[in-house]
Amino acid sequence: MLVLITYDVSTVSSAGQRRLRRVSKVCQNYGQRVQNSVFECVVDAAQFATLKLKLIDIIDPDQDSLRFYQLGNNYRNKVEHIGVKESLDLEGPLIL
Amino acid sequence: MKKLLNTLFITQPDVYLSLDGDNVILLKEQEKLGRLPLHNLESIVAFGYTGASPAFMGYCADRNISLVFLTMSGRFLARVIGASKGNVVLRKKQYLLSENELLSAKIARNFIVGKIFNHKWMIERMTRDYPLRVNVDQFKEVSQHLSSIMMDVRACEDLERLRGLEGQAAVSYNALLDQMILQQKEHFYFRTRSRKPPLDNVNAMLSLAYTLLANDTASALEAVGLDAYVGFLHRDRPGRASLALDVMEELRGIYADKFVLTLINKKIVNHEDFLHKENGAVIMTDEARKKFLAAWQNKKQEKITHPYLSEKISWGLVPYAQALLLARHLRNDLDEYPPFLWK
Repeated sequence: MLVLITYDVSTVSSAGQRRLRRVSKVCQNYGQRVQNSVFECVVDAAQFATLKLKLIDIIDPDQDSLRFYQLGNNYRNKVEHIGVKESLDLEGPLIL
Repeated sequence: MKKLLNTLFITQPDVYLSLDGDNVILLKEQEKLGRLPLHNLESIVAFGYTGASPAFMGYCADRNISLVFLTMSGRFLARVIGASKGNVVLRKKQYLLSENELLSAKIARNFIVGKIFNHKWMIERMTRDYPLRVNVDQFKEVSQHLSSIMMDVRACEDLERLRGLEGQAAVSYNALLDQMILQQKEHFYFRTRSRKPPLDNVNAMLSLAYTLLANDTASALEAVGLDAYVGFLHRDRPGRASLALDVMEELRGIYADKFVLTLINKKIVNHEDFLHKENGAVIMTDEARKKFLAAWQNKKQEKITHPYLSEKISWGLVPYAQALLLARHLRNDLDEYPPFLWK
């Protein structure tokens, strides 16, 4: 299934900047960055659970926020892209 | 059944693969071409002289992502294999059986039964669908011939004879392959199988399809803990994935040949997609190879019902399903190896 992850991490302190880097690193391991602080991840239920736990572990719930949008298995007609940097279809033919 | 993951094909020769976290990074002259999360990938096939960092190769070996290097024309160069995993007992059993001619023959004949059955089915299907375009009498004759060979194969307990019967069946099937090409006949014809190098358009495509299928089969076998290099029908030879070739026999016609025929008959490829070299070798253009690979990937995603497991799986998982069944037979959970009999 496709999960869209967006986050807001407060970067006023250096600890916040560190959290931001860690969040983006974890997201990157599971999916592709489609915009700043927006990731698309094609994961199964188990991978999603681990990913969620990892992220919750990193953030500070008093200052940061995380949002998960679950777009299911038939996500292709739910996503429209306009403009530069189109994302790769991770389940279509990958020929580079 | 596991989920079929994607395959990444790299068709540019000057790309370097490196690892960053759980991502593969594609570098071209120090420039980042792209990054992909590796948990979506099942295998990576690199054409040309694409390089990869040791860390990346280690990661792939560790996670059972098959990494294969081919030449630009699709000839096999190398495969990255990590530490052997899975069950030692299973592998020892495999070695033990492969040393025994009689027991090997008993397994090997099922591969051949599967192969001939599927060829026969393709022939029958052609006479049903195109009675006016093919020589029905000849097709029926071959079909009957294949049936009788199949009976002999069922009872055969000698490897040499088995290879002879397989050869006979292959000759009569190959004689009809040309007639199964219904479109673009002036550019696509099948006289005889030629390889290293392929000498006509059809052979060029067959070679690539067989290479891709062999790689998929080899990694499926290793995923279930078997040794892809120790076969029952094919003799051991350094560097040859004999067991992969064994298991692949039953899929050649139904999977690879049929795929190539579809590309021609649906006019997905045409004669401009091929380059003829001075030494007679025929290779596909870069564009054609991309079309070929895209169609191959789409075929792998198509769903079928596995005739023995009665379970809905994608075509791309058929080698894996057969590898599982073979492992079950070697563990004595199944009396016989059930070949993939497609209808």
